[in-house]
Amino acid sequence: MEALEPSLYTVKAVLILDNDGERLYAKYYDDTYPSVKEQKAFEKNIFSKTHRTDSEIALLEGLTVVYKSNIDLFFYVVGSSHENELMLMAVLNCLFDSLSQMLRKNVERRALLENMEGLFLAVDEIVDGGVILESDPQQVVHRVALRGEDVPYSEQTVTQVSTTALVTSLISAYYIVLCGSCAITIFTLYSPET
Amino acid sequence: MIKKFDKKDEESGSGSNPFQHLEKSAVLQEARIFNETPINPRRCLHILTKIIYLLNQGEHFGTMEATEAFFAMTRLFQSNDQTLRRMCYLTIKEMANISEDVIIVTSSLTKDMTGKEDVYRGPAIRALCRITDTTMLQAIERYMKQAIVDKVPSVSSSALVSSLHMVKMSYDVVKRWVNEAQEAASSDNIMVQYHALGLLYHLRKNDRLAVSKMLNKFTKSGLKSPFAYCMLIRIASKLLEETEAGHDSPLFDFIESCLRNKHEMVVYEAASAIVHMPNCTARELAPAVSVLQLFCSSPKAALRYAAVRTLNKVAMKHPSAVTACNLDLENLITDSNRSIATLAITTLLKTGSESSVDRLMKQISSFVSEISDEFKVVVVQAISALCQKYPRKHSVMMNFLSNMLRDDGGFEYKRAIVDCIISIIEENPESKETGLAHLCEFIEDCEHTVLATKILHLLGKEGPRTPSPSKYIRFIFNRVVLESEAVRAAAVSALAKFGAQNDDLLPSVLVLMQRCMMDSDDEVRDRATFYMNVLQQKQKALNAAYIFNGENTHCAPSLNLRALVELTRLSVSSVPLANTPITEQKTEFAPVATSKLPEKPGPTRQDIYQEQLAAIPEFQGLGSLFKTSEAVQLTEAETEYVVRCVKHTFARHMVFQFDCTNTLNDQLLQKVMVQMEPSEAYEVLHYVPAANLPYSQPGSCYSLVRLPEDDPTAVSCTFSCTLKYLVKDCDPNTGEPDDDGYDDEYVLEDLEVTVADHIQKVLKPNFAAAWDEVGDDFEKEETFALASVRTLDEAVGNIISFLGMQPCERSDKVPENKNSHILFLAGVFRGGHDVLVRSRLALADGVTMQVTVRSSDETVVDIILASVG
Repeated sequence: MEALEPSLYTVKAVLILDNDGERLYAKYYDDTYPSVKEQKAFEKNIFSKTHRTDSEIALLEGLTVVYKSNIDLFFYVVGSSHENELMLMAVLNCLFDSLSQMLRKNVERRALLENMEGLFLAVDEIVDGGVILESDPQQVVHRVALRGEDVPYSEQTVTQVSTTALVTSLISAYYIVLCGSCAITIFTLYSPET
Repeated sequence: MIKKFDKKDEESGSGSNPFQHLEKSAVLQEARIFNETPINPRRCLHILTKIIYLLNQGEHFGTMEATEAFFAMTRLFQSNDQTLRRMCYLTIKEMANISEDVIIVTSSLTKDMTGKEDVYRGPAIRALCRITDTTMLQAIERYMKQAIVDKVPSVSSSALVSSLHMVKMSYDVVKRWVNEAQEAASSDNIMVQYHALGLLYHLRKNDRLAVSKMLNKFTKSGLKSPFAYCMLIRIASKLLEETEAGHDSPLFDFIESCLRNKHEMVVYEAASAIVHMPNCTARELAPAVSVLQLFCSSPKAALRYAAVRTLNKVAMKHPSAVTACNLDLENLITDSNRSIATLAITTLLKTGSESSVDRLMKQISSFVSEISDEFKVVVVQAISALCQKYPRKHSVMMNFLSNMLRDDGGFEYKRAIVDCIISIIEENPESKETGLAHLCEFIEDCEHTVLATKILHLLGKEGPRTPSPSKYIRFIFNRVVLESEAVRAAAVSALAKFGAQNDDLLPSVLVLMQRCMMDSDDEVRDRATFYMNVLQQKQKALNAAYIFNGENTHCAPSLNLRALVELTRLSVSSVPLANTPITEQKTEFAPVATSKLPEKPGPTRQDIYQEQLAAIPEFQGLGSLFKTSEAVQLTEAETEYVVRCVKHTFARHMVFQFDCTNTLNDQLLQKVMVQMEPSEAYEVLHYVPAANLPYSQPGSCYSLVRLPEDDPTAVSCTFSCTLKYLVKDCDPNTGEPDDDGYDDEYVLEDLEVTVADHIQKVLKPNFAAAWDEVGDDFEKEETFALASVRTLDEAVGNIISFLGMQPCERSDKVPENKNSHILFLAGVFRGGHDVLVRSRLALADGVTMQVTVRSSDETVVDIILASVG
C-alpha cells in the first residue's frame, strides 16, 4: 500500500505563532508549501483550526500536525500523515521543554522575543533539514549554551552593560585628553604667525 | 484573565515585539557595525538575530544586499563570543542560497570543525556541508570521515546527518564513508545510532542483499534508540513487501517482537507496520490490535489518535478483528479531540451492529461542523461502506448526507457526499426518489461545475424512469438559465433524455430546447440543435442510438459531438423524405455509433498495434483492426525462449503476433517464425518471420490467417504451434556470432481462438433502450444447465470471460442472498453487428441459465448460442 519509504526525513515544518495567529517563527523543511504566500495561508488555516481547542493533534491538508499552546504562544510540528505521530510529539516536547528551560519556565511571547537567538539555535539543534537531530531537551540546552554559564539573563546584562559603560567612558576620556593635546599643539603651531 | 493581559500587552504598543516594525534596509544599514573594531558582540548578535528574523518572516533579500551583508558578517569570525559564532553559522545556512560566493567561509568553518571547542564543531560541520558543492567535497572528505567516528555525539550526529543531505548531491563520494557510518552505528549514543542507521540505509537501499544483511545484524545486536527501532521496522516491512516473503519470515518475527518494546513509539510503529501489511490474517493482526486497544485509553491525545486512526484502517479490511475494541472505542466518541471522536465513531460504524447505527449517527451529527474537511470525508466514506452493509438503513443515511450537503465544505468533501448518494441510489431502488430530490436541491446552489454536470447526467439517466419525471425538469432547466457553459450543455443533454423517454413531456421539452438553441455558447447551441432534430423524428431507434447510448459522457469532447451534429443533420433530415424503413437505415448508423464508442483521448493500446501492423506490407488491405486480445503466454516463464501471443482480429482475417525473447546469451536466432497447424478450416496465408533475435532483445514475428468464409459459425479453433529458427552460436561476452548455423525448432503450447476474440466490448448505459433498438427480428433463446458451477457469482464471471462482452447496468454484481439474477451483456461482433445477450440465471443444484440473444444479424445469434452450448 502506501508503505512509508524508510527515511530520516520526518519533520516537514516547525512553527510558532502568537495568539493572533501571527508568525513568530516558521521553518519549512521541504517543498510542501514553496512560497511565503502558501505558507502563510497554511498557518492561518492551522491557527483557525487549533487555537480554540486544547487537544494536541490534528490532520490538516493531508498533514499530521501536533501542537501545544502556552499562555500566548502556539507551537506546531508538522509531518506527513503517514508519519509516526509519537515521533512528531517527541520533537514538539523537546522544543517546548528546551525553551522552557532556557526561558526559566517563562514560556510566553515577550520572553521569547527577547531571546530569539536562543530559539533559533535551539531549533537548529533539534531538527536539521527535516531530520530529528536531538530529542533530549537537556542536550539541546547544553549545546545551545546560551551565554555559556548559568548566570540569570537580567543580571548578566547589568554587569555587561556596566563594564561596557566603564570601558566607553574610559575611551572617551582618553579621546578628550588626546584631542585636547592636539588642539594645544595646533594652537602652539599657528600662534607665532598670528 | 489571559485575554485581559493580552489586551493590555497590545495596547502597550509595538514595544512588546522588538521585531515588529523592522525595516530590511534599516537593518542592513545597521549591519555596517560588523566592520567596526573592536567588534561589539552584543550589538552584532542583535543585528544577526534581526536579519534571521526577517528571513524567517519571508522577507526577500536581493543577491547584492545579501552578499554585502554576508561578507560583512564573515568579519565576525574574529570574535570569540560563543553565541555570536553560533549565529554566524545560522546566518551562513540561511543565506547559502541567496548570497554569492558563500564558499569563502570554508576555511573558517573547517578550522572550527576540527578545533578544540566542541560547542562549535557540530554546527560548523552542518554549516560547512550546506555551502559545499561536489567539487569542494573532495577537499573536506578526510575531515568528514574523522567527524563521523568522533567520540563527541553532537559532532558525529552532525556529520552523519549532513552526509545524508549530501547523498542527493554526490552519492559516489558519500558512499565511500560507509565504513565510518558502520562504526558510528555501534555508538552508545542513541541519536548517533539512529543517524548512522539512516545513512547506511540510504546508501544501500538499492542493494537488497546488503539491506537484508544490515537488518539481520541490527535486529540481532539490538539497538538502544527508539528512533532507530522505528527506522528498522520500516526497513523490515519494506523488505518484506518487496520480497513478498511469508509472515513466517524472521523479519516478521522481529516486527512482532517490537510490540513488546518498552517505548510506546516503537510499539506503535510495529503495530502500524503489521496493520499496513498486505494479506495479513486476523490471527497475525490480533497482537497488534491488542496493543492499539491499550493505547486507546492512554492519557496522551497523540497516542489515542494514532491508535484509533490505525484501528480505523484495520476495520476497513478486517472489521471482525476490531470488534474486541468496541468498548474502548465507545469511550472515545466523547473525546474532547474531535479528530479522535470522529475516527472512533467511523470505526464503530464499520464494526458495530446494525442497531447501534442510529445512535452513532446522532452522536456524530452533534459535532460534524467542528471537524476538518479531511475527517468529514472519512465520515462520508464510513457511511458509504455502511450503506452497502446495511441497505435498510439508507433513509437514516440519506437524511444525514443531505444535511452534510447543505453545510459548508470544500470540493473533495462535497464530491465524496455526492458519490456516496449516487452509489446509494444505484444500490437501493427505493431510495432513488429521495436521493434525486436531495441532489436537485444541491445543484440549485452548487459552485462546483464537475459535480453539477455529474448530477445532471445522473438526473438524465434516472429521472425519466421515475414515477413523476416532470418535477425534475424545472431543476434542470434552471441550470440552463443560470449556470456556466459546461453545466448548461450537460443540462441540455439531460433534458433530451426526458424528451426521448416520456412522450407526454416531449412537447414541453421541445419548447425548452428551442430556447436553448438561442444560447450564447456554441456547444450548448449545437447540442440543442442536434437533440431537437433527433427528438422531432420521434423514432425510438434514433433516440436509443444518439440520446441514451450514443454520447455517453457528461463531458464528451465537444469536437466529437459537433461532427456528429453535422453528420446527422444531413442523414436525419433525409430520413422522412426517402421514407426508408428503420431497419435498413439502422445498418447505416450502426458503424457510426460503434466506431465512435471506443474512441478515447490519446492512443489506446489497440491504436498502437494498428499502427505497427499497418507498417508491415503483408498486412495491408486487411481493413481496420477490430479487436486486439490480451497477450497469451505460450511458454513457461523460465524457459530458453519466451513466447507470448497477441491475437489481432480483422473483418475477415486474424493476425497472430508472437513476441519472442531469447534468454540464452550464447545464441543468436535468425529467421524466427511460428508454424501453426489449425484444427478447423482456418487457412494460414502468410508467415512474417523475425530476421534476428539476439540475446534478451524481444522481437516479433507474425502469422496471417484467413477466417473460413463458407462456414461463419466456425469461430473457435485450436492451433498447434512450433517455433522454427536458425541457430548461430555466439560468444556470450561479445555477442559475435559464428558463421555457420543450424535449423532447430521448439514446441510451444497450443493457441486457442475463441468466440471472445470476435466480439468487442461495448458499454450500453441504457440496456433496455438498446435491447428495443436492436429489436426481436433475430432473437433466439435457449436454456442450459451449468452443472459444475456452484454460485451465481461464479456463473456470471464465467459467462463474461467466455463471451468477452461488456456487462451493462451493473448486472455483473450479484446481490447477496439471491438465488436468481439477470445478466445483461453488450458487444459488437466482427463485421460491425451489435449483439446483446440477456441471461437469466437461477440457482438450484447447479446453475440453470436461460440465454436470449439479439443481434442485427442472424448468423451472429447462431454463433453465440452455438458457442455457449
